[in-house]
Amino acid sequence: MNVEWSLFTPWSALAGGVLIGLAASLLILANGRIAGISGLLGGLLDGLFGGSEQSDKEGRGEAALFLLGLLAAPLLWGMFAAVPESHFSGSPAMLIVAGLLVGLGTRYGSGCTSGHGVCGLSRLSPRSLVATLCFMGAGFVTVYVVRHLLGVAV
Amino acid sequence: MNKLTALLAGLLFGVGLILSGMTDPAKVLGFLDLTGAWDPSLALVMVGAIAAAMVPMALARRRSRAWLGGAMRLPTRRDLDRRLVGGSLLFGVGWGLAGICPGPALTLLPLGYWQGVVFVVAMVAGMLLFRVLQSRGGD
Repeated sequence: MNVEWSLFTPWSALAGGVLIGLAASLLILANGRIAGISGLLGGLLDGLFGGSEQSDKEGRGEAALFLLGLLAAPLLWGMFAAVPESHFSGSPAMLIVAGLLVGLGTRYGSGCTSGHGVCGLSRLSPRSLVATLCFMGAGFVTVYVVRHLLGVAV
Repeated sequence: MNKLTALLAGLLFGVGLILSGMTDPAKVLGFLDLTGAWDPSLALVMVGAIAAAMVPMALARRRSRAWLGGAMRLPTRRDLDRRLVGGSLLFGVGWGLAGICPGPALTLLPLGYWQGVVFVVAMVAGMLLFRVLQSRGGD
């Protein structure tokens, strides 16, 4: 393992993480809801397309506002400072495959980095620990295969 | 009031994602690239988030109602099943391909990168595909 210290940004990572944790804390304590992005978005889609009895009307309103907040964050940030640039890799086809897998997988697995990784691990949930180990492990292996076995330069 | 706290929590979450570097797929992939030029930063995002949320989550567990009166909806399942493992593995592969997970995908959207738009459309399609498979009783 070769740590690239020039890329290491410990303080902004830690501070950003604390904000994420505080946001999840606010949503659970004030609203009684888990800040899991895939769950909230999936619940909204269930509401739009019908079917799930779990996604009550009030819950959908709160989910919509939380997600609206996520969307508004870069606009709020932009009022005070330049939003850091994002760098993408991969072809459109790869992004489509990736997006499909993320959408399908997070619904089957009942959560993503926020619901399992942040909320679940802070609750010491065994399901979330298993889920987090699975998606992190799969992420490590995928990047290894793409970058080092297939040699796709990204 | 419920709506206001939900909006505030979303805003705070999104600002945290930007500050932490999660909205830069290159940074996420740098973390997932253990055998390359590894950037350990995102491990600290996890550490910070869990450290901040641990006590509030424990407090939430002791309450039956939220501050604003709503029901406390904490997940109660403890069983491990194929769907949890299989779904999380699929998610991890997608995450490793693009370096984008659902939260940052949404926060990236208004920044106008076409890649973000393509990813979110595909992600929503994946979630709808889940509904279709689900309604067919697939496992």
